[in-house]
Amino acid sequence: MTDSALGKPNGTAIAFFFVFIVATLAITGWAARRTKTTSEFFTAGSKVTGFQNGLALAGDFMSAASFLGIAGLVASSGFDGLIYSVGWLVGWPVVTFLVAEPLRNLGKYTFADVVAYRMRQTPVRIASAVGGLTVVSFYLIAQMVGAGSLVTLLFGLPYEVAVVVVGIVMLVYVLFGGMIATTWVQIVKAILLLGGASALAVIVLAKFEMSPLRLFAAAAEKYGPEVLAPGKLVSKPLDTVSLGLALMFGTSGLPHILMRFYTVPNARAARSSVLYATGFIGLFYLITFILGFGAAVLVGRDPIKAIDKGGNMAAPLLAEVVGGTAFLGFISAVAFATILAVVAGLTLSGAAALSHDLWGHVVKRGKADEREQLAVARVATVLLAVLAIGLGIVFKGQNVAFMVGLAFAIAASANFPALLLSMIWRRFTTMGAVASMATGTLSAIALIALSPTIQVDILGHASAPFPLKNPAIVTMTLAFVVGIVVSLVRPEPDAEKKFASVARRMHLGPE
Amino acid sequence: MREERLSESSERESLLAELAARRWRVAIALTAAMMGTYFGFLLLVAYGKPVAGALVAPGLSWGILLGALVIVVAWVVTGIYVVWANSRYDAKLDELRSAVRGDGR
Repeated sequence: MTDSALGKPNGTAIAFFFVFIVATLAITGWAARRTKTTSEFFTAGSKVTGFQNGLALAGDFMSAASFLGIAGLVASSGFDGLIYSVGWLVGWPVVTFLVAEPLRNLGKYTFADVVAYRMRQTPVRIASAVGGLTVVSFYLIAQMVGAGSLVTLLFGLPYEVAVVVVGIVMLVYVLFGGMIATTWVQIVKAILLLGGASALAVIVLAKFEMSPLRLFAAAAEKYGPEVLAPGKLVSKPLDTVSLGLALMFGTSGLPHILMRFYTVPNARAARSSVLYATGFIGLFYLITFILGFGAAVLVGRDPIKAIDKGGNMAAPLLAEVVGGTAFLGFISAVAFATILAVVAGLTLSGAAALSHDLWGHVVKRGKADEREQLAVARVATVLLAVLAIGLGIVFKGQNVAFMVGLAFAIAASANFPALLLSMIWRRFTTMGAVASMATGTLSAIALIALSPTIQVDILGHASAPFPLKNPAIVTMTLAFVVGIVVSLVRPEPDAEKKFASVARRMHLGPE
Repeated sequence: MREERLSESSERESLLAELAARRWRVAIALTAAMMGTYFGFLLLVAYGKPVAGALVAPGLSWGILLGALVIVVAWVVTGIYVVWANSRYDAKLDELRSAVRGDGR
């Protein structure tokens, strides 16, 4: 496998890539003509169907990190990859039960709409915008650095060129086509990714009499029975549980995911969209598991590691072995499309926090007119695209894999507790919400900085002051406790009085 | 007349409150079921490595089987909720909504 076409400019990859870009830009042009108001820009006018939104949610969530990263992890260590796959899926039922419908009924563009509904606007909007933008920034860094290295590996483009290309294409989608274009890019990407990964899995399984068990048995024969058993990933049980909490509740605090529930017409459609998303995403992770084992058996661990130490090229290499250069090109183009769709969703949700929460509600005190808000949203989009490109270049060559875990930990600690308490607890107050969100954001960042991930793995110290790699078990608990205690110490009768209207609208919807 | 309307509307409020409490009970019970399943799996994997690595069939360990089952459980609990909400919960909401409209508000 030393003669892989990977990393050399690949004709098919470039052809597929251009087809994708041309098609998505055509969609953007079509969407741009339908994007005239702020609500069309941020929520596609709430005209997306439940099924479409289910696909778009899947497209927003299935990142290149989970496609290439999990396949690589399974290829190199077998069973352990499944722990991540399962963790990334179990957040979705939680989204369905706890946040999707109330969010749709109470809010307009951002999750801050829900938290701030019965509170004093300025402090809550600032705190949730900070929490939301922090999550978006860390997620963006991980995606942009991933995009740069991936495109370099796949197409042989220089890193900086790759980052700038991703940033500019994404900017065009969001700036001109807003949520309508972003939604369709995510739908197209979800179909390509699910279709491409399924096709690859079927071709692989065909070599094993269509039986995953025969494939797993072949892997166990080649690398020993430990590939089917838990390995290094779970050496510290408490760490595993803490990571599990971050994954399970972090999804309910990811601004770009929450924002998608405003694109459907009502709570019922929001509900059905999460059901579809859960189905697609679960299927995708089962397929990824098969691809990882397929790569271990058919490509081999050493050739995979020879190309990329992290093992991220397992799936593309598998495509080349079973389907030749053309299939490699297709899967590479799909991986690139995957990054574009996720980055577009992130940027749009960041722009909503900046223009709707900070400009509209804090600077203009809720009195910004439609034209102005749309203009500010577009300026914010450009700023975020420049920021994304800048961060991508600044963090070149850094180990940023932990940043996705960090984004989930902050989302689970900063955004989720305040969001949940604002919906279910009558006595939750402005100061309680602000204190909870501030505590969640700051404690998550501080404990990650003191964790073995930064102190040992990156800075090379012998030990770390904080023992856990993922802080969610501490920081999420802390955010709940602080939110509750502060609310009890200083009650806010106004917010309590307005709870009846929250409860009413949360279920009956805006009338 | 006015009083009658008032008592009707307060009856509706209490019906809504009851329905709301019911939805949260279902939502929290299903969240707890999902948490129990997932953390049960994690703890088995963390503390019961020999069990998780033992084979059920050639090529299939308990860990892989249970991990795949957690994904199936996630589908099932989400499905249960959606079926419940689409039939029972939405029907009750529609009743409440039409009562509000019938009131001429």
